[in-house]
Amino acid sequence: MKTNRHDKILLAHGGGGQLSDELIRHHILPKLRNDTLAELGDSAKLNLASKLVCFTTDSYVVKPLFFNGGDIGKLAVCGTVNDLAVAGSAPIALTLSLIIEEGFEFELLEKILASISESAKANDVNIVTGDTKTVETGAVDKIFINTAGIGVRLAGVDLGFEKIAVGDKIIINGTIGDHGLTIISQREGIKFQSQLKSDCVGLAGLTCQLLKNTSGVKFMRDPTRGGLAATLNEICRGAGLSIEINEADVPVNPTVRAAADMLGFDAITIANEGKFVAIVSLESVDACLNICKNHPLGKEASIIGEIVETRDAPIVEMTTKIGGKRIVQMPYGRELPRIC
Amino acid sequence: MLERIYKAQNLMDTACNTLGRQINIMEVCGTHTVSIFRNGIKSTLPKKIKLLSGPGCPVCVTDQGYIDIILQLADRDDCLIATYGDMIRVPGKGGSLETKQPNANIKVVLSSEDALQLAKDNPSRKVVFVAVGFETTAPATAVVVKEAAQESIDNFCILSGHKLVIPAMRALVSEKNHNIDAFLCPGHVSVIIGFGAFAEIVERFGRSCVVAGFEPLQIIEGLGEICRQLAAGKAELKSVYTAVVTEQGNTTAQEIIAECFEPVDGYWRGLGKIEKSTLKLKDKYSRFDAFKRFNITEMPGEDMSGCRCGEVLCGLIEPPECGLFGKSCTPEEPVGPCMVSSEGACAAWFKYGGVMGSGYQEIRRPGSQ
Ligand code: SF4
Repeated sequence: MKTNRHDKILLAHGGGGQLSDELIRHHILPKLRNDTLAELGDSAKLNLASKLVCFTTDSYVVKPLFFNGGDIGKLAVCGTVNDLAVAGSAPIALTLSLIIEEGFEFELLEKILASISESAKANDVNIVTGDTKTVETGAVDKIFINTAGIGVRLAGVDLGFEKIAVGDKIIINGTIGDHGLTIISQREGIKFQSQLKSDCVGLAGLTCQLLKNTSGVKFMRDPTRGGLAATLNEICRGAGLSIEINEADVPVNPTVRAAADMLGFDAITIANEGKFVAIVSLESVDACLNICKNHPLGKEASIIGEIVETRDAPIVEMTTKIGGKRIVQMPYGRELPRIC
Repeated sequence: MLERIYKAQNLMDTACNTLGRQINIMEVCGTHTVSIFRNGIKSTLPKKIKLLSGPGCPVCVTDQGYIDIILQLADRDDCLIATYGDMIRVPGKGGSLETKQPNANIKVVLSSEDALQLAKDNPSRKVVFVAVGFETTAPATAVVVKEAAQESIDNFCILSGHKLVIPAMRALVSEKNHNIDAFLCPGHVSVIIGFGAFAEIVERFGRSCVVAGFEPLQIIEGLGEICRQLAAGKAELKSVYTAVVTEQGNTTAQEIIAECFEPVDGYWRGLGKIEKSTLKLKDKYSRFDAFKRFNITEMPGEDMSGCRCGEVLCGLIEPPECGLFGKSCTPEEPVGPCMVSSEGACAAWFKYGGVMGSGYQEIRRPGSQ
């Protein structure tokens, strides 16, 4: 039985009155229920196992809201979970803020909430507190979501740029460019859009396994906006060391490659939502790769390159398939707006 | 694959030794330019071989006068401009299509079919399709013009800026840049016009023309073939893209172009006015000709101040020689079209960080130079 009398969001749904209450109790709470959230207090009270925590926040404005392989709800959970995961922590709890445009269909909101619930379960995190605002038509595009997340640092794990040294290897857990090209192809109505699928997924299961079972991981980052190119450049700047990668070792799904060529993009600069780059010591690289390859999220993991001595300034250099060399630059921001 | 690369490199080395001077090879097409940069091809060549980017990026060669016409049409509320994405960012008088406010009169399309559909969906607006591109895109424009005629979609028209490759190459070697030794010719244009079309450049101007696809190995083999000819003191017509390109090309596509269009003199950025280089709709389709419908004549426009795209397109300078490159002109805020288009030489130089000399020795056969 339908509990609401409206099929669209009204401004009053965010006004703090009866409709707000109805929205929270009848739509949000049933989907995301857990003991902490059910208290509906002004703050969530958490009992953490350690004082060493990681804390992050991200806002999600992806367009379209629903795409092959995910939706804004799944993205809002996985994106924040991944930021916690690559920092070397086990994600514990998330907050959830919804900013909804007046007139947004309840049916779509329900779908997004269901997806948030499913992703939170899959990643073993609870949504512990949240907020809902509604704004007049045009003030946001349908729905924007913010999540903040808190995670407990894994015992003995301390990742950082300063740990990175010459000779370290670079691992990625699978193919690049899938998320960004799925979004852009869907937005532009490209023919092969149905063959593309976002890689949107929470990575904490795999990263925690990696960190618990090996000791050589020095740094991790998820190559989201700006893709692998941006992440490698950040690492190169942060560590003050150069990077060499081998194009032939970077996994790219053939459809992604074709789509990127057609649209004039370089897959290495395209956003991912289910990938991490790990810098690992030479001694532990085989063990790390093995763990990845035996995990569903790392079947196509690959060693893509290594950290090398800097000659003039730290650069990321790629050996191409034909053996040529080129610099991988920090990509320019404008190519793909509203990708996450 | 390495064997084939080494073989091409040997041919290049021989040519460099035999000629004892810099060898200038122009890749005509923007897709080649991007592939050369993305694959680091320059780092695999002998230092004496210089690759020049040519006038093969449709957005880049479009004259400023044409851009200004689009900007004027976009101001008319009875018009709806249908354009490919790259075009909207090219700056002209008083901004670009992108910065025009409100931009409700502009719609980005992915194909000529989309543009025609736009006209069907908006019967009260005059839909103007910004039809640019070489022989590769002209057939698709011709198809929708015919369709519009058959279905009497009278609110549809095209602003043809379609250009022909051969007249531009002719203008380059006969007038603009005498230093070009040879051309690496574009695969996809050749699929349409046939590699036989380049015969004139070989026979009349003595420049070798080698057609290659866009895969890096083909480009290297194409360059190898050019060098083989140069070392032997010959200029020949050859395709290393044999699987797809024939001497005659795609006659069906040629016929449909010929049915709808005729070549007229046209303006090019950097190259100026070139005889019989631009496609204009034939009289029987003139009611779909935006120039006629709005009573406009294309006049040569003035390039944005300081921008040296014209010289870049003729292979006279490399992008970093432009004083604005990477300073006031970046892909974020482009000054000229060569920085706007993803196929533009300035954008390719900027994005891929220019040439890396360092990889040169690593893939070359031991003992070669
Ligand atoms: S760098 Fe910019 S201003 Fe200079 S030639 Fe290229 S596009 Fe024109």
